[in-house]
Amino acid sequence: MVSKRIIPCLDVKDGRVTKGTNFINLRDAGSAVELADKYYNDGADELVFLDITATIEKRKTLLELVKNVAQVLRIPFTVGGGISQLNDIEALLRAGADKVSLNSSIAANPALITDAAKRFGSQAVVAAIDVKTSAELKKVFVKGGTQETELEAISWCKKVCELGAGEILLTSMDHDGTKEGYDLEFLSKIVKEVSIPVIASGGAGKPEHFLHAFEIGVDACLAAGLFHFNELSIVELKSFLKTNGINVRL
Amino acid sequence: MIALIDYGAGNTASVANVLVELNCEFKITNSESDICQSDKIIFPGVGEASFAMRRLHMSNLINLLRIVKKPLLGICLGMQLLSQKSKEGNVCGIGIFPYETEKFDESNIKVPHMGWNQIKLVKSSKLFEGIKENEYFYFAHSYFVPVNEHTTAVSSYDVEFCAAMENENIYGVQFHPEKSGHAGIQLIKNFIEKC
Repeated sequence: MVSKRIIPCLDVKDGRVTKGTNFINLRDAGSAVELADKYYNDGADELVFLDITATIEKRKTLLELVKNVAQVLRIPFTVGGGISQLNDIEALLRAGADKVSLNSSIAANPALITDAAKRFGSQAVVAAIDVKTSAELKKVFVKGGTQETELEAISWCKKVCELGAGEILLTSMDHDGTKEGYDLEFLSKIVKEVSIPVIASGGAGKPEHFLHAFEIGVDACLAAGLFHFNELSIVELKSFLKTNGINVRL
Repeated sequence: MIALIDYGAGNTASVANVLVELNCEFKITNSESDICQSDKIIFPGVGEASFAMRRLHMSNLINLLRIVKKPLLGICLGMQLLSQKSKEGNVCGIGIFPYETEKFDESNIKVPHMGWNQIKLVKSSKLFEGIKENEYFYFAHSYFVPVNEHTTAVSSYDVEFCAAMENENIYGVQFHPEKSGHAGIQLIKNFIEKC
């Protein structure tokens, strides 16, 4: 059976990895290439790079970074941030990325999911969805979590699935950076509603949080700060999960 | 020299990075003459079958691949395209292997099959020398080739499916060795040195 995945996430700004709390208060966590290499050797199953300063001028820098990362990594990696066109996706995949994560662009133009899936296959298209509670509703936020949309989170998850996304990367903005655990209540609803893999993101603080997320049926767990600042090693985490009956690759 | 076929639907960068690591001479190409001059061929594939077949037609490579006598390794969609037919886009493949790819049943299981899964060797193969039994490899696919008489390794996701197959000089793997850590590098090394 396919194993559950542990995915370190690197929020990248100008080639450096940063991490904030609730999407703000960024602090430096090291060079993206060095951290990628470390996580690969530590047994990460995949990596995600989110370019948090993605602008047109920075696009070339990002491609260089993707090339450098691809040279050291022998596991799949996803790149996201500011991707709005098929040409952007093609350039990133050619530079060595395996998947792209699409967020604001698909909220504005849902057809991009279908176009990208037809051109590059569903397995290359990750729908990244940032969710925050707003007036007691789970709403989708875009532009790095700064802008609320009309989209209601559960129906948007179902929609991206229908349109051909290969995975959903679901980030709870309410839980992000708090280290109090993933948003299990919401994740358990989503895994029942969609037929594609779901990656839980936002809130991991200790091994039990990963265990609980896998127990409710998520396929992969993503974390950032926890790994960057050596609070938890991937090897320790995977041994813990294995001992607790979760199928992980060791 | 290894010809790494680039027909606009493969992840040549990742495979190329492994070939660099292995100090192996290679050329990323879609030209018939390069392929004819090469010692071995790697045929990667990512994306959708009918699009990939169109691109292969445009590069005029289909007949060449059909009759090639040197070792060839098809990866993921590359392996599927070696089959007779794909249900993805209902398209005819290159036709080296007389099989038809099927889709995983979405009503039973999450599709695509994405992630690390264990393989079980069912026949000895040079490709898997030095690779431990039940090793994990990285898979990302919605369609699969059913287990058949050329199958050398199987994996399981809802159903048991063909993870690797070979016939004489033609090898195919459904997983991505270039994305499967050390075991995957070993497999590519085996293809270069032993096949």
